[in-house]
This record gives sequence, C-alpha cells and structure tokens, in this order.
Amino acid sequence: MFAYVIRRLLLVLPVAFGVSIICFLLVHIAPGDPLTAIMAVDATAEEQAAMRAAYGLDRPLPVQFLFWLGNLFQGDLGNSIATGRPVAGEVWRAVQNSLLLAVTASLIAFPIGLLLGFLAGYFRDSWLDKLVTSIAIAGVSVPNYWLGMVLVIIFAVKLAWLPAMGAGPAGSDGWTFDWLHIRHLILPAITLAVVPIGIVARTVRALVGDIFHMDFVMALYAKGMSNFDVLIHVIRNAAATALSVIGLQMGALLGGSILIETVFNWPGSGMLLSNAIFQRDLPLLQGTILVLAMFFVTANLVVDILQAAIDPRIKRS
Amino acid sequence: MAVAEIELARTPKRRGYWAGVLHRVSGDPVAMVCFVVLMALILSAIFASWLPLQDPYKASMIARLKPIGTEGHLLGTDEQGRDMLARLIYGGRLTLLIGLMPVVVAFFIGSALGIVAGYAGGRTNTIIMRTVDVFFAFPSVLLAIAISGALGAGIVNSLVSLSIVFIPPITRVAESVTSGVRSADYIEAARASGGNALTVMRVHVIGNVLGPIFVYASSLTSVCMILAAGLSFLGVGVKPPEPEWGLMLNTLRSAIYMNPWVAALPGLMIFITSLCLNLLSDGLRSAMNVKD
Amino acid sequence: MSQHTAPDQTETLPDTLPDIGGPAQPLVVCRDLKKHFPIHGGILGRQVATVHAVDGVSFEVRKGETLGVVGESGCGKSTTARLLIGLIAPDEGKIIFDGQQLGEEMSLRELRRGIQMVFQDSYASLNPRLTVEDSIAFGPRINGLDDPRGRAREMMNRVGLEPARFAGRYPHEMSGGQRQRVNIARALAMSPRLVVLDEAVSALDKSVEAQVLNLLNDLRRDLGLTYVFISHDLNVVRYISDRVLVMYLGEVVEVGPVDEVYAAQAHPYTASLFAAMPSMDPDHRTTVPPLSGDPPNPIDPPTGCRFHTRCRYAEDVCASAKPLLRPFGDSTEHCAACHIHDPESGHSLAGSGFLPKGTPQ
Repeated sequence: MFAYVIRRLLLVLPVAFGVSIICFLLVHIAPGDPLTAIMAVDATAEEQAAMRAAYGLDRPLPVQFLFWLGNLFQGDLGNSIATGRPVAGEVWRAVQNSLLLAVTASLIAFPIGLLLGFLAGYFRDSWLDKLVTSIAIAGVSVPNYWLGMVLVIIFAVKLAWLPAMGAGPAGSDGWTFDWLHIRHLILPAITLAVVPIGIVARTVRALVGDIFHMDFVMALYAKGMSNFDVLIHVIRNAAATALSVIGLQMGALLGGSILIETVFNWPGSGMLLSNAIFQRDLPLLQGTILVLAMFFVTANLVVDILQAAIDPRIKRS
Repeated sequence: MAVAEIELARTPKRRGYWAGVLHRVSGDPVAMVCFVVLMALILSAIFASWLPLQDPYKASMIARLKPIGTEGHLLGTDEQGRDMLARLIYGGRLTLLIGLMPVVVAFFIGSALGIVAGYAGGRTNTIIMRTVDVFFAFPSVLLAIAISGALGAGIVNSLVSLSIVFIPPITRVAESVTSGVRSADYIEAARASGGNALTVMRVHVIGNVLGPIFVYASSLTSVCMILAAGLSFLGVGVKPPEPEWGLMLNTLRSAIYMNPWVAALPGLMIFITSLCLNLLSDGLRSAMNVKD
Repeated sequence: MSQHTAPDQTETLPDTLPDIGGPAQPLVVCRDLKKHFPIHGGILGRQVATVHAVDGVSFEVRKGETLGVVGESGCGKSTTARLLIGLIAPDEGKIIFDGQQLGEEMSLRELRRGIQMVFQDSYASLNPRLTVEDSIAFGPRINGLDDPRGRAREMMNRVGLEPARFAGRYPHEMSGGQRQRVNIARALAMSPRLVVLDEAVSALDKSVEAQVLNLLNDLRRDLGLTYVFISHDLNVVRYISDRVLVMYLGEVVEVGPVDEVYAAQAHPYTASLFAAMPSMDPDHRTTVPPLSGDPPNPIDPPTGCRFHTRCRYAEDVCASAKPLLRPFGDSTEHCAACHIHDPESGHSLAGSGFLPKGTPQ
C-alpha cells in the first residue's frame, strides 16, 4: 500500500508539470499582447518595449516559463493586470466561496445519487427503476445554468421565497453561517447538485445491476445467505467504482461551477474567471485556472488512494 | 457433418453487423422519437430561410418582451423585440454546429491517436497517453472556458477549444478498446498469416474498435451541446447579434422579472436537444451491446 | 498410432513451400530457444524480475509426424508455440525450417507460409466482424496467392463446412466445433507444411473433440502435413501423436516415441503426470495425489534440476547440477533429463535402470 501511494504521488508530478505548462501557454495563445489592456493607447514603440522588458516578456518562452514556475513555488501567481493586486490572494478568497458551494452541493448530490442509483439497480425494471432512470437522464441532460435560471424564476421571481443572487445580504462582507447567508446558498447548491446526482445515479445503477448478475452473488444466495448479507457483499464490490465517480464529480463541481456562479452572481472562482476573461486580465485567468486544476488533480489523487485502500486488486497490480 | 446439418435448421436471417444495429435501434421507440425530434431541429435550422418565419435580426422598440402567444409572435419577442420563434429556429444553426462539430473532429483525431497508441504500445503509447493525462487534470468545463477565454470569443475559437476538450477522453477510450482488441487471438492469427501492422490494423482492428469509440463519442455530444451553449452564455462563444441559444439565454437574463417564460425558452431548446442526444446515444449503446 | 505417411500417397496443397532436404531432414529444428519476459514493478516501474517462460528448449519435428507436447499450465508450451510460428522473437536460439535458418536463409514471412497455428479459443481467434470466408481468405489475399476466395471455399470443403451454407456466416452464428473447423481451414489456406495446434481441441465437447481429431488425422494423411500438437490431455496426445515431448518450467524433461513413453516413463515428472491420468479400471484408482503443490514460480526457477523441489527421488546432486537430455534404456529415440539415468551423475539410483513411479509407494 505504501509503495502504491508513493508511486501514485510520483505520477502526479509530471501531470502537475504538464498542467503548469498548459496554464503558462494560455497567456501566449491569446491573440495580441498580454499588456494591451494596461498599455496606454498612444504608447510609443520604445515605451512598449520598455514595458515588455519590465514584465520579462522580451525573453524567450522557456526562460519566461522557468521564471514563472520559480515564482509559483514561492506562492507568487503574479499580479492582476486590472487591479494590480496579487493574483494568489484574489484566487484564494474566491476559491473559498467556490469550495463552500461545491461542498454543499456534494452533500446534497452524493447521498441522493447513491441512494437513487442503488434502489434502481436493486429493483431493476420496476417502476422505481424507470423513475430513477428518467430523473438521472434528465439530470445529465439539463444545462445547469438554465436550470439555475428556472429555479430563480420559480423561487425568487414568482414565489419570492429565496434571493435570486449574491452570497449574502446587501452590505455583508463575508460568509457567516446564519439564515441570512444560508438562504443565498440554497438555490445555487441545488442547481449545482443536479448533474452529479444524475451521473452518480446512472453509474451506481449500472454497477449494482451488473454485480447482482454476477455468479458470486448467485453462489452467496445458494449457500443460504440472507438478503441483507448478500447486499453487504454487493455494496462492498460497488464501493470502489462508486467512490471514483464521486471523486471525479467532486473535482468537477469545483471547476465546473463557473456557469452557475455567473447565474447567481456568486463571488467564487468562476466569477473571478469570467471577470478575468472580460477584462482580459490574463495573469488572473492563468492563476485561477492553475489553482482549480491543481484542486482537481489533488481530488483525483485522494480518490485513487482511497480506492486502492478499498479495492485490494488495485494496489497489487 | 451431422453437427452442421442440425445447425442449418436454426440458421437466422443473416445481416451485417451495422445493419443489425440499425435494425435494433429502429425498433427502439424512445430512440426513434429522439431521432425524429433531432432531425426536425436540424432540418428546420438548415432550411430556416425557406420557412415562413420573421427576420430573426429585425428589432422593434415597441414590440419588446411580448409574452408567449402574442399575435404575430407565437413564442413572444426578446429584449430587442425580435421574434423568438424565428430566433430559436435560426439559433439552432450555430448551436447545433458548435455543439456537434467538435465531437466529430475529436472523434477522428482522438480515434487516430488512441488506436495508434493502443496498437503500437511501448514508447508511442506512453508519450500519447501521458499527454492525454495532463488534459484530464482539467474538468471539461474549466478547460473549455480557459481556452476560449484565452483565445477570445468567436465561432472558430469555440470550435477549436471544444475539440481540444473532447480529444483526450476519446483518445483514452480508443486506446483502451484498441489494446483490448490487440491482444485478441484473432489478431495473433492475422499476424501469423503474415499480415503487416498496417494491414492487420485496417482489416482486423479498425472494424472492431470504431463501434465502441463511436458509441462513446455519441454520448459526449450532449455534454458538448451544453458546453457550447454555455460558452456563449458566458460571453466567450458566439458574438451578438447572432441568434444562438446560449447567447440568447444570456441576453434574456435581464428579462426574467418581466417575462420569465420567454427568457427560459432558449434553455429549454438546449435541454430538449441534449436530452434527445443522450437518449439516442443510450439506444445506440444498447443496440450495439447485444452479445450473440 | 499412424506412422509416417509415404509422400507418394499425398497431394500437396497449391503453393506449398517445396521440400528441400528430403524426408530424412527434420522439418523444424529448434536449438536452445530462450524467451524471458521482463516484469516491471516497484516505484519507478523498473524491471524487477524475469519470467523464464522458455529456457533453453531444443527439439526437432520430423516430416510428416505429429509431435505431441504436454505439460502443466505455465510450463512454456504456448510460448514455445508462439516462438515456433514467429509471433514472438526468441531472446536466444535458432529455428531451422527444412535446413534453412530463420533470419539467415529464411525470412519471417516465408516461415509464416510454412508454419500456421490453430488457437485454443475458437471464438476469440476469429474476427467477429468478418464472415467465415473473409477470415479464411485473409491470409492468401495478403500473401498474394491467387484466388483467395476459391481457396477459402476449397478449404471449407476440406474441413467439412459446406461453403454454400457457411461462407457468409459470422463467428457468433456457428457452434464451437464449426468455428474450430474454420480455424483449421484458415491455417490450411496458407498451404503450410507444419500446423501448430495449441490446445486446439481442449475447449470442445468430447464428441465434437473426437470429430475434429479425426478430421485432423485425415487432413494430415491426405495433405502430407506435419503437426505440433500441444495439449494437457494425455489420452488425446496418445491418440494423435507419433512422438511426445514433455515440458516442465520452460524446459524439455523427456521426449520419445509415444508408445515407448506411455509404456515406461523415464523422468519422475512424466511418471507423475501419467499417474495423474484418470484410470478406467476401478482396481487402479488414483488414491494418493501423484504430485503435490504447484509448479515453482518461473520468475525464480529452482537450481539444478527444476523438478527437484517436487521430486520424491531428489538428492543433493539434483539441486546443484542440471541434468542433460540423454538416451534412456536401449532406445535411441527416447531421451530424458534426469540424473537417475546418468551413471556418472552421483545420484544413488544412477545407472541401476531404475524406473520412477508416478505415485508414492
């Protein structure tokens, strides 16, 4: 197990390196000059060159990359072009808000998805299975940014039960766990939870259904094991795969909440990203994406290790 | 031979593999309904200019945000007074194009990469698959937005960024299917017959891997649709005033207090399309999974 | 069983490679074949071990004979077969086909014209997307032989599948026996001189197995073929083979004419293998397991005689010195690699003419 963990950790390094290359290149595939946004419109060629030299943009790409990587290791993601503030701080504040949303959505999505999927798989071809299958397929097919709008229309516009946007009442300067703040969390979290509910339910349904059709389950019944004990066997066999799906979705929730945050004006990493895009604030774009991708890589790593702890076949191979 | 005689009695009506798949899909009512709906959407989008529709670009200050069922505007009007029905049908052009093309592109590129990686193995496999792993470090939404955000808004940029998003997953599936087929006895038998790598790949590998890869790619079309519209919704996809469902949804957001149901219409179109794509893909999958 | 068929009674398939060395020259000679597979592991995925799948195997296959190859699972039978048809390249050793050495006078492509193989799993060895006719015609077509389709149909006739009925079928539309006939036809369509049958009948029902075995015998007689017949079923090997080769952990331990080996097993391993055969006579029940335990791991094979860890006659010499294949008794044909039959080995039973027993006394 220990060797597996070490090997898995070492495998992350090249991936993390590749991720940083992609993030670095993002700025350079962008058309135009990264400094256009802050350069005076009437800047002379000399002024432009001086500015470029000041930002190190006159050096060859690999050198720029190494400098950038070096700064990265010191926690320096550069400064936002729009605000001039360090990107790291901006991203950190935003990621906290996104995490809050992602974790809440996970707490809604995974128990429901697991339960629905399990029931559908256990009662294959019953009306319950058909219902769950329909819910699941609707869940994976719905554009969640639209679903967010529809929920706003129903619960904020028509019924006026919940606020339509923001992360707290007007004038609030930070998250606190009180009803005034929590009511802002409800709609975005539900919206965000719908897709993972669908995905988890579909996967678990197929998984459980398949396992129940395996010969070993028949052998367990044949030796007179009770329904409940057989169930335990089935769950144990389904756990590893279910876990990996959940892990992937967890990471996807964090990185995938961009559109939802836009719909609800939620001040998370997604909002930050969309602001960065519109202000063509490339260092901010780069930093946000890097941090989100690293979260995703870490989530996958944790899931893989947990999976190996559950499923003995993985660490032996 | 006695065994052969008995076999003859139950010889089934014979058809090729793909003909069999088509036959089974056409017997699946859900898949067929979805197919008809999709065809209707695609055809009406293609032939929109021949349909009796109003000009989707013609704005009117006095006819802004009319509700559904208004005289002359069956589905109401948008925030600039443009006819919603016309815009929704014309909007299908760009949305379907950007929603489906990237998967087609990624299918060809990803299949080629994955089949080569799976069949060649060794160093080639390592280089291709480790590169693919890096792209897997990004959730697909994030990757699409990152590339589109860097490249800037525009139809071509959206097509490029979404193609890049879907190449890695297709490559991964193609690689695993191919390495499974590669170790099959019939590949060994073909090699033992003196077939070189290219011949064996063409005759024995391609035919056996394209089916599963195709089914997988078809399951991505719905995600791609949602993402494509999502890019426009964010403002990094199609630029105004083009009618496009995601972009329409974005511009109509301001209207949810005045005319909410009209504002929700473009999203409903995305939902219906992606639902049909998913159900059709499911039908295709079960039609191809028949083991006999 | 059947003895060598005189060449004048046979018709050869069209485009068969010509006989070069005459009947006395062995069709295939293998010398010191070795194939080791690396095992990667550890944190950095370095090579941590080697599987000695085939470790210095030498044998010959004579023209027109059937050579049976027997041994437990994992003894290197299938790897030997794959080396023989050139599917994997040996790390060391030579393959000489009718006097021509592979890689010197003979190319891999020519070798594949000369040697074909029938696999165990009749379903997995047929491309599910190709019709029977296309599968059979594939080899002739890519080798540029004329009229691949005609050949395919002719071969189907030969293996007892009427082309009109079966040519357009897909593998899943046939029974196991029929599919194995297709595999045989596919091998024959290349007009080989040697056919390697790797457990080719093991997966079939007993009744179908008998039909296919008879078909194989007929084909060999009619077409002047040579077979290498790999099996774990000693009864089948006895029925079809002229000579039998026994393998243990990647090495040859005994080889000889089938009747001689069945009458008297020189190597203790062979004796145990034969003792493990179910007996038809209730008075000769097998009550004690002739061999206990599993074969040792081929990653780290035992020193000296590889069988010494499970051999009831093992002595110190067996762990230190590797026995060589040497003629046994009066026969020049029957050879075994065991210190008991080497008078100079220092084994206490050496030179006494002792015959090992299969079961403990």
